[in-house]
Amino acid sequence: MLKSEDVKVLGSWSSPFVMRARIALNIKSVNYEYLEERLWEGKSELLLKSNPVHKKIPVLIHGDKPICESLVIVQYIDEVWSSGPSILPSDSHERATARFWAAYLDEKWFPTMKTIGLAQGEDARKAVIPQLEEGLVLLEEAFGKCSKGKPFFGGDQIGFQDIAFGCFLGWLRVTEKMNGAKLLSEDKTPALLEWAHRFCSDAAVKDVMPETDKLAEFSKMIMAKMRAAATPKS
Amino acid sequence: MVEVEIAKSMAEEVKLFKTWSTPFGLRVVWALKLKGIPYEAIDEDLSNKSALLLQYNPVYKKVPVLVHNGKPISESLVILEYIDETWKQNPLLPQDPLEKARERFWAKFNDEKLLQSIWGVFAKEGKEREEAMAASMENLKFVEEELKGKKFFGGEKIGLADITFGWLANLICVFEEVTGLKMIDERFPLLLAWIQEFSQHPIIKDAGPPHDKLVIKYQALYEKFHPAK
Repeated sequence: MLKSEDVKVLGSWSSPFVMRARIALNIKSVNYEYLEERLWEGKSELLLKSNPVHKKIPVLIHGDKPICESLVIVQYIDEVWSSGPSILPSDSHERATARFWAAYLDEKWFPTMKTIGLAQGEDARKAVIPQLEEGLVLLEEAFGKCSKGKPFFGGDQIGFQDIAFGCFLGWLRVTEKMNGAKLLSEDKTPALLEWAHRFCSDAAVKDVMPETDKLAEFSKMIMAKMRAAATPKS
Repeated sequence: MVEVEIAKSMAEEVKLFKTWSTPFGLRVVWALKLKGIPYEAIDEDLSNKSALLLQYNPVYKKVPVLVHNGKPISESLVILEYIDETWKQNPLLPQDPLEKARERFWAKFNDEKLLQSIWGVFAKEGKEREEAMAASMENLKFVEEELKGKKFFGGEKIGLADITFGWLANLICVFEEVTGLKMIDERFPLLLAWIQEFSQHPIIKDAGPPHDKLVIKYQALYEKFHPAK
């Protein structure tokens, strides 16, 4: 059995995907070494060696074996440290549901949110908001079905779906702040509003969830860089 | 007698909504057949989706959808994992968590990178097509590398990654024929060998739609993307 000191996470404080890996390790009480990649200064040797295909974070390095892709990492953590609290539900249909929503978030919802950063003009940005709200209404409904009256998608404790969704809360709050919008609201998503507070306060989450203000500053910096890169140089 | 009755009733409880040509639906067909699971196939006409499909997959309204004992599961990779967990014979995923992670990684790679880049070659024009071709070659190189020393991505037997990459075995030749562009050539000997092994597997061989019918379909699609000037 590998020692806990043999667990490393390569990541960035602002990445929701990295958060997933760290929350999972926290749930299992696994000690790990966290290595912050300074992505704007170029990728480290270790990152390029550990993830030659995508060259992206997060990477989990267990012993000398790298594991890439955040949801693959979370499932790996769940399976290796099987004596800790379970992250995926035990029922196969519930597992399928959890995976379905994680895929929805990664393939549809979060990519939509990212378009706000590059949208030209206030109108374009505002057009994205209803799409995000629609998705959240679907997730509110899913929460009702999956939680069955309990505090989390996973029941009494944080599970796969909570992690897959909750990691985006920092960026969700930044989007709300910078667009003067309420994505999670009392009237449309009351259950999720409360769930969000519980998730962010959870012991496994609170130290890895970035502060909204810090993330907002960071977001402004990235957007400025992206616009500069997109502007033709005269 | 009782066993036959039970087997019959269990068989009726697996339904698969797909279309005749969808490679995502075909993945699920392969998985069900590899495990010997009887199922009812329902081929949808996507221009006129059935009420049942819309009810079973309200979020995406897409195929494939697996319905097991009345409960729907959508998204092909989610379906494949569900099948593997529910019917334990001929496992698609290994037991070892690291090996499982590897299979899942490559399945994702196919869906998010390889498929997209090759589709770009098929559907785009000009500079975008050139970029898609360059990306496809890079992606195929990674896949070729992964096959080193292995008969299948899963080792000795077909696994989740093989099933996910499986469209390379029956659809790439269609794309190549329609576009006149060779994508998997002698630069990828391991991939070519894998395509042979995979397509000749007794379960895979006759499970897919006929080549000629696929050519007609994709030819029509190609002409839409690249109208004669």
